[in-house]
Amino acid sequence: MATIDEVKAAEGSDEAPKYKVIGTRPIRHDGADKVTGRALYGADIKIKGMIFGAILRSPHAHANIKSIDTSKAEALPGVRAVATSADLPEPGDKIAELGEGAVVLNHLSSNNLARTKVLYKGHAVAAVAADNLHIAQEAASLIEVEYEVLPPVMDVLKAMSSDAPVLNPDVRTEEASTGEKGDKPTNVAKHIVFEKGDIEKGFADAKYVVEREFRTSTVHQGYIEPHVATVLWNNDGQITVWTPTQGTFSVRSQMAELLHVPLARVKVVPAEIGGGFGGKISVYLAPAAAVLSRKAGVPVQIVMDRADVLQATGPTPGSFIRIKMGVDADGRLTAAEAWMAYEAGGYPGSPIGAGAMCVFSCYDIPNGRVEGYDVCVNKPRTNAYRAPGATNAAFATETVVDELCEKLGMEPVEFRLLNASKEGTRRIDGVTYPRVGLVETLEAIKNSDHYKTPLTGKNQGRGIGSGFWFNAGLKSAVTVTVNTDGSVSLLEGSTDIGGSRTGIAMQFAEAMGLAAEDIKPAVVDTDSVGYTDVTGGSRVTYATGWAAYEAAQDLKRQIVARAAELWDVDPAQVSYEDGHVIGPDKSVCFKEIAMELSTTGEPLIARGVSNHNEPGGAFGTHLVDVEVDPDTGKVDILRYTAAQDCGTAIHPAYVEGQIQGGAVQGIGWGLNEEYWYDETGSMRNANFLDYRIPTCYDLPMIDAIIVEVPNPGHPYGVRGVGEVPIVPPPAALEAAIYDAVGVRLYELPMSPPRVLHELLKKES
Amino acid sequence: MRDFEYEAPTSLADAVGLLAKSKGTARPLAGGTDLIDHVRTGRLVADLIVDLKKIPELMVLELNNAGLRLGAAVPCYKIYEHPGILEQYSAISDSSNIIGGMQVQNRASVGGNLANAGAAADSTPALIALNARVIIAGPSGTREVAVDQFCTGPGQNVLEPGEIIVELQFPPRPAHSGSHYRRFIPRNEMDIAVVGVGASVVLDASGENFVSARIGLGAVAAKPFYAQEASELLAGQPVNDETIQKAAAAARAVVHPITDMRGTQEFRTHVTGVLTERVIKKAVERARG
Amino acid sequence: MAKKRIVTATINGREEEFLCQPRQTLLEILRNTLNLTGAKEGCSNGNCGACSVIIDGRAVNSCMILGVEAEGANIETIEGLAPGDGLDPLQQAFLENAALQCGICTPGYIMSAKAFLDENPNPTEEEIRFSMAGNLCRCTGYDKIVRAIQQAAETRAEQSASCAKETV
Repeated sequence: MATIDEVKAAEGSDEAPKYKVIGTRPIRHDGADKVTGRALYGADIKIKGMIFGAILRSPHAHANIKSIDTSKAEALPGVRAVATSADLPEPGDKIAELGEGAVVLNHLSSNNLARTKVLYKGHAVAAVAADNLHIAQEAASLIEVEYEVLPPVMDVLKAMSSDAPVLNPDVRTEEASTGEKGDKPTNVAKHIVFEKGDIEKGFADAKYVVEREFRTSTVHQGYIEPHVATVLWNNDGQITVWTPTQGTFSVRSQMAELLHVPLARVKVVPAEIGGGFGGKISVYLAPAAAVLSRKAGVPVQIVMDRADVLQATGPTPGSFIRIKMGVDADGRLTAAEAWMAYEAGGYPGSPIGAGAMCVFSCYDIPNGRVEGYDVCVNKPRTNAYRAPGATNAAFATETVVDELCEKLGMEPVEFRLLNASKEGTRRIDGVTYPRVGLVETLEAIKNSDHYKTPLTGKNQGRGIGSGFWFNAGLKSAVTVTVNTDGSVSLLEGSTDIGGSRTGIAMQFAEAMGLAAEDIKPAVVDTDSVGYTDVTGGSRVTYATGWAAYEAAQDLKRQIVARAAELWDVDPAQVSYEDGHVIGPDKSVCFKEIAMELSTTGEPLIARGVSNHNEPGGAFGTHLVDVEVDPDTGKVDILRYTAAQDCGTAIHPAYVEGQIQGGAVQGIGWGLNEEYWYDETGSMRNANFLDYRIPTCYDLPMIDAIIVEVPNPGHPYGVRGVGEVPIVPPPAALEAAIYDAVGVRLYELPMSPPRVLHELLKKES
Repeated sequence: MRDFEYEAPTSLADAVGLLAKSKGTARPLAGGTDLIDHVRTGRLVADLIVDLKKIPELMVLELNNAGLRLGAAVPCYKIYEHPGILEQYSAISDSSNIIGGMQVQNRASVGGNLANAGAAADSTPALIALNARVIIAGPSGTREVAVDQFCTGPGQNVLEPGEIIVELQFPPRPAHSGSHYRRFIPRNEMDIAVVGVGASVVLDASGENFVSARIGLGAVAAKPFYAQEASELLAGQPVNDETIQKAAAAARAVVHPITDMRGTQEFRTHVTGVLTERVIKKAVERARG
Repeated sequence: MAKKRIVTATINGREEEFLCQPRQTLLEILRNTLNLTGAKEGCSNGNCGACSVIIDGRAVNSCMILGVEAEGANIETIEGLAPGDGLDPLQQAFLENAALQCGICTPGYIMSAKAFLDENPNPTEEEIRFSMAGNLCRCTGYDKIVRAIQQAAETRAEQSASCAKETV
């Protein structure tokens, strides 16, 4: 695997390293706790007097709730409280900003405890708290619900037709450009159109035009830790939530809005989080646990099982996408058109907006049109999953690009280099790129040993794919306290899913001229640190890192002022450089000055905040070799290389880890993962046996090439890393399968039955 | 999980007594890797769970001239780590090495896998290929059933109330014999068979002709079954691609697969032929030594 | 309600007695009764390995074993792995190789890997991947986990070689 230094060496750079801490690979600060089992994840939290909850879930994909009778559950010995939607305040028609876009509160509330309808199998209907989990589960099964079963709407195109049963009577089609709403109830919640240039002329100028239709299945983030919430509604009305979440402040807002309590009465304490990938932002359990706690007078913990996680949290949408692209004789793209319908699930809110912006994001296209739809179907309400919306779109676009390359007789890397988005390229949705690194990732792949090593075996093939994600900035806050021994305690509000607290501490250490090990980072609750947006959008290392950088600037200013006072010199004569305070006649290292200042005045506390929104989009290009068994359609991955522009890599090992992990999620999406529904709208594979995420035995080593095109919009050049790597794999795999056995797959996953079906079709 | 009682008898008689006399639903427990999940999810009801692992007869593992005796509760790892089984009864070694992950193999038993009567059980086609006999104990004594007669439908078997599998007995292996089990799964491990094929072949001294063969198929019908015609087609025939492909085609012809989240009818039918051919070839390779 | 049983087992080298209902899994007992929360519940049906512990030298899924079945068993959990001072080679290797991101699968991974390396001290990459397939990780793509296990195998070999030398 190429480290930064190796990449720099390969590029012939001999300049001295720019940074002392950034670019090194210290052991993470929370490491010992995590390898000894001491780290406390959501279900490890135990609060004195805690009892256990269970949720009754709908067995139907689509039904009206006619009545709920909880009397038998309430009568079971050991049961302490029962709750239904009647225990949640009436949400009205308020729309609130809750951390990841605007949310219709009625929908969020009904998603937590169904009001009048259930909209997917697994939809929460009632909750029970009891002395132990076994009693709670038994009690939940005693709750009697009378349903009027309705026909399930499972297909995105059928859901759009005018005669489809309507899931939500309050949903009207919103035109994204004007905000105007239609006048009829519908499953189509949103319609988006982006246009650029003259699309008719663009296609008329094309020598080759390829138009294809694609389908992708619903897939899940698949974090190993199920959702869990522990809530105490205290006797004074204060509510404390202990939960593994990507956004403590978002949970705080959601709780305040859903329970109609003042924000200040809710405190959210982050547990260690066992994976999220976008799926642990919305609340699913905490509101019910809060209501149960208020009734029972003790803390209540509710844990999902794996079936609940798959059926009743927020997977990422299945989709239908039609792509049409044209190229001239030289291989330059002349026009592109996309028509995309994303399944929102039971309530509106698919990432169609991001999908529509990402669909042609890798290419400089003079004429284009993108049309997108957000469509309700009887599946769980979708949520963010690593570059939400982009992977579906890239699968479609990149596959059409691969077909164009074939028509042109052009190497796919060369085609992409010719048409790649770069600084100044204007996307079809109107955004113009700043300095970005797609070309560099293509060159990194072209120069890789992998690319230069030809494939020789039978039924083997090679594919390439590129992908893009915006990355996000948003708000972050950091507080630091200097300890008398010269160490620094750093408090942050970004829950740490993948080692980010070390990446934040490293940026602070770099700014202070200290070692990463001198910093003690901690992720703290909503009462203990300034407002911080969600851990999502690949924003934490960028934005919270920036806040840490600002905290360092604040601290340096204070140290300089205090040292000047101590030394009785003009502050202008004092500076802070490379871990030392330098006066007119002396230089004192940080440790010494920390000790000295601790005895000569008030404590040294500094703060930093950030709210910058130039995170610098990031691109990745992946190369994969496969071997396809022509008799079974099974695809084996022989070799995999992923190059990504990461801006500056703060902790290269964790950057590589993001690239590898994202690539493997993309591989799972490409080859085997899918929600498999029967005709009643019941998911038949809601477990880790038949929802097949990759095991280690399905994969080779994943070579990660870190390409560093520093982001001019960050003090250390950071771009987000986490999301891009999930985007290219399905498309790269599709191209590789075609190269190996000559069949095209237009539907995800490209599972053995689908590949074999195409092979048999080709044979006959 | 629903409440139940638990007993761990140390004799066969006690176990049979407990199971037979239970007022509610009594379930025998070996490795528990299916049972505990099924009870947790409510797919199976249990009022009493009878742990069989302390009964010596169910933990027997004996290989000698008389054949192989495999106690019904012996965990998979003891099977695939047994060099004699690996050499002589390879198919059952193959099966036990791929049932679940390492952690499951350290608990799960072949007897339990058979008793669950899953259509896709990984060990059953191997047991059919190796012509195992199922020794059953119950309130009215002990009886034997040929393994291909044991399963009667999805999750259904010939066991009467109070009866349990005690052991599986395998006839001694003739000279020049070999066996293999292979399944198709979408991943490389940790899946349920989409198609499973077990085959045992006996060759003549030259290694060029089939003396006899037995092919067991899984996941392609309501229960695992003996592919009689395909097996008999091989007897007396020369070992070559043509003969083997004929047997594979015969195997394909008798399957009745369904389409589900694991595979389509088309896929299962086609892959039955593909795997049968591959499995026979591997068994031949092993028979030739 | 079935009567609670008293179960005696050796856990991390110490004899422990606990009260247990038949329907409680070993995982529930470890986590809720004994407060050993290192083993995690990820899937409850033997497919993710997050609850892996070692019983009598073999890695098992503690979510699929009843607490009452543990009578007389010798159980090792992640909490007992590190020597009093410092870390086990596997723990150290996971840290040095950045083989964890969220870390929820890590205790199970390390315990499975320990049982595996005890059986097979010098495995190939293929053998590691085959035997560890029962432990799912959704964050890392496994690359760094496999490298960590390879490194731990080397460290363990060096340690046992130097041990052997001292004994000689």
